Amino acid sequence: MAIEHSPVQLTKADFASDQMVKWCPGCGDHAILASILGIFPEIGYKKENFCVVSGIGCSSRFPYYVNTYGFHGIHGRAGAIATGVKIANPHLSVWIASGDGDATAIGGNHFIHLIRRNMDMNYILFNNRIYGLTKGQYSPTTKQGQITKTSPFGVIDYPFNPGELVIGARGTFFARAIDNSPKTLGEVCRAMAAHDGAAIVEVLQNCVIFNDKTHAEVTNRELKEERQLWLEQGKPMIFGKNRDKGIILKGNHLEVVEIGKDGITEEDLLVHDATRENTGVHMMLAQMCPPEFPMAFGVIRAYKAPTYNQIFEKQMEEASQDSPIKCVDDLLNSGDTWEV
Amino acid sequence: MTTKTLKEKENVVVRFVGDSGDGMQLSGTLFSETAALDGNDIATFPDYPAEIRAPHNTIAGVSGFQVQIGKRIYSSGDNCDVLVAMNPASLKSNLKWVMKGGIIIVDVDTFTDDAIQKAGYTNNPLEDDSLSSYILVKAPMTTMTVEAVKDIFTDKRSSERSRNMFALGMIFYIYSKELTYTDAYLDKKFKKTPDIIAANKAVVRAGYNFCENTDVLQAQKTVVGQAVMTKGKYRNITGNIATAWGLLAAAEKAKLPLFLGSYPITPATDILIELAKHKSLGARVFQAEDEIAGICSAIGASFAGAMACTTTSGPGLSLKSEAIGLAVMTELPLVIVDVQRGGPSTGLPTKTEQSDLYQALFGRNGEAPCIVIAASSSANSFYFAFEAARLSLEHMTPTILLTDGYLGNGSQLFRIPKMSDLPEIKPPFATPNDTTYMPYKRNPETLVREWAIPGMEGLRHRIGGLEKLDGKGSVSTESANHQLMVNNRAQKVQKVADRLPDQKVMGDEDADLLVVGWGGTEGALKLAVEELRDEGKKIAFTHFNYIMPLPKNTGDIMKKYKKIIVCELNMGQFVNYLRMNFENIPMLQYNKVQGLPFEVSELKEKFNQILGEK
Repeated sequence: MAIEHSPVQLTKADFASDQMVKWCPGCGDHAILASILGIFPEIGYKKENFCVVSGIGCSSRFPYYVNTYGFHGIHGRAGAIATGVKIANPHLSVWIASGDGDATAIGGNHFIHLIRRNMDMNYILFNNRIYGLTKGQYSPTTKQGQITKTSPFGVIDYPFNPGELVIGARGTFFARAIDNSPKTLGEVCRAMAAHDGAAIVEVLQNCVIFNDKTHAEVTNRELKEERQLWLEQGKPMIFGKNRDKGIILKGNHLEVVEIGKDGITEEDLLVHDATRENTGVHMMLAQMCPPEFPMAFGVIRAYKAPTYNQIFEKQMEEASQDSPIKCVDDLLNSGDTWEV
Repeated sequence: MTTKTLKEKENVVVRFVGDSGDGMQLSGTLFSETAALDGNDIATFPDYPAEIRAPHNTIAGVSGFQVQIGKRIYSSGDNCDVLVAMNPASLKSNLKWVMKGGIIIVDVDTFTDDAIQKAGYTNNPLEDDSLSSYILVKAPMTTMTVEAVKDIFTDKRSSERSRNMFALGMIFYIYSKELTYTDAYLDKKFKKTPDIIAANKAVVRAGYNFCENTDVLQAQKTVVGQAVMTKGKYRNITGNIATAWGLLAAAEKAKLPLFLGSYPITPATDILIELAKHKSLGARVFQAEDEIAGICSAIGASFAGAMACTTTSGPGLSLKSEAIGLAVMTELPLVIVDVQRGGPSTGLPTKTEQSDLYQALFGRNGEAPCIVIAASSSANSFYFAFEAARLSLEHMTPTILLTDGYLGNGSQLFRIPKMSDLPEIKPPFATPNDTTYMPYKRNPETLVREWAIPGMEGLRHRIGGLEKLDGKGSVSTESANHQLMVNNRAQKVQKVADRLPDQKVMGDEDADLLVVGWGGTEGALKLAVEELRDEGKKIAFTHFNYIMPLPKNTGDIMKKYKKIIVCELNMGQFVNYLRMNFENIPMLQYNKVQGLPFEVSELKEKFNQILGEK
């Protein structure tokens, strides 16, 4: 299902839209948009072959700000709409922009099922842990206890961790990035684009108005080196300001260790392998959070498996070769018929 | 064989009933298809419980199949000439359908004390004279089935399994049908298990021969009227299969891939099952995680350039409401098939009703008009599915096709059309690199926008559920623009009427009563009116397939008649819609909401009553 490439090298300007971007000043969404505008020309497909689909929410305004074919759907349904786009036309590069409410509350069912099916698309999950467009109600990723407009006594719900959902649904690709780190955001999106199948990137995104600094425990300037573990394929898991901390697998759980202490060397550290089919370590990595652990960033899981669309197209091809019914006239006249 | 003069009848109705799992659907189907091949017109209707296998020998577990065969068939009939009841429960729950003087054939072996009691009888109905107004045939079907297969099977389960074939053999005898078709079916179906073929063939013959040696049945041997049919090639088809094929035919005509996004729901699932088979015809079928994903994937597919459909029944249509609004707003072609069933809520999943009309017409937020059309027979579901797709594609508007459980599961003879005889379908595609392209620029005559498909060069654009600026299609909340767009969407649907055929009336211009129907009730209404006309009554009939918009001459027809009665299987949804459109025309109504089709007899009685009033 090759997607046709552009005969000329495209630039960021080819994808810039004429619409005024109406996100709040300081919103993390601006950085995500900038990253995507940078990556689309790099991917090299014809500009008409990108299709960006969204649901409802601040992040779901995304399609208006990228000059591609775009579809702004209804709340929660981006995944289902995009599924139809991709099955109907496998020669399109399909992208979804969705938020934590859109993807994991009202659209939770579509989210897990497109992952389970390994539907070939790129899904950016803007996680600001709040409903922004409706002005500040808690979402499925809001921390327990947080005061919001609809939780004046604190949120009672336990939150979802999107990574757990993705990996729990046996997703083939999950990565995590931060809105204020354009370089790493770009790298993660590039890896997502290169992955065949349902590729989900969770971007920790700041909502300056309704949930400012919600991710500060990992993004804070002073803390970030101690609280962010950037995973690299084939490399030991090292983090910390002095790059003196690492992750080991002890028994059936992960543990933070200091390199050089208690005889621990780099050799003892867990080496990242995103490509394994087994979800065990990927799940544990996705679950890590402060204060006990750093949070894992980068590509946590990228397992190569046939996509829904590859299998679908193969069935279509084989059926048309094997079946004696080649057109509707054949169908109408098949089976038991008689002349009067 | 004795050479007696055989009885003759224009049409006969046979009803096979038994426990679900007794094979009644198969007996019914084989009899219907045999009759069709033998030159009878046919119409069938399966009547099955919502439970797959309810407790053995209970009323809840009764499954049935009714078929009418003969010369002039519009429906599967009201009351039956012959009831085949495989156990006491099925006799009890179906006795009401047998006409007085009709034949009741029972498997007498199943009338044990336990089964009689389970069915809710206090006495054995075969012995207490309660069936004296019928011709009762007590056939030891189980015993004779076991006897017929004793050289093939020895275990009880295998030996008794073919009882349904015994019943079928008896019916073949009564209506003088050959066993050839059944033999061929069995040879094909059980190719890998010759024992089963042999057993079934032996049992069907045992049933046939049993009648030959039973005086009472010899006297009942009947010749049924041959259908007078237009020359051509025929097949038997259910409404659901016809719908699926109509959609495939439309996709081929439009030269577009067919996309179906659907979720299993009774009684619409057979359309999904059928289309899933036809990947060789380019059908892209997606079984979604829920009803909403079914329609949303179809909307995505439509945006991406497919002829997109979703199929469902009442509760599923409710779940799709918001998304239908999205298709209205994005002005994309989309066919939504609703095979109606008894509601509200889960209601009566396996029973028929016409109570989703309001939902189809009005069941969305905002001013959200769709095209609404309805099939009126199992066979014409093919043409109306085709028509739903054609109108939707050419008018860039979602179209709801209403069928119902009766049409969907029922079957009829279908004269096979040639694809070359069907009309062309020409969607309004945009031209690549057209520098004047705007997503909401409209054809001034039809108000239809152009369809630019992702991948087309020079036509990138964004659409969605927010209100659009006229022409350009960017997001707009401007008040005058909203009014204009609301008007445009409504007029676009109204303008479809310019292309619709005139509404036709059967009967006299000066009739005393005009009978009005829509959708799946056509067969019963037409027959009731024809029979009254044969009796010399001045009565006319008009039946609607196009509902939103109505055919342009609808008002002219309604004005002509002194009395009008609108008949439908709901509490008056179409009549109220007509009243809304034609305020000053008085209309009577006849409604029934029992999960059952109209009976010709009840309709005639009602019409006679009105004709008798001064």
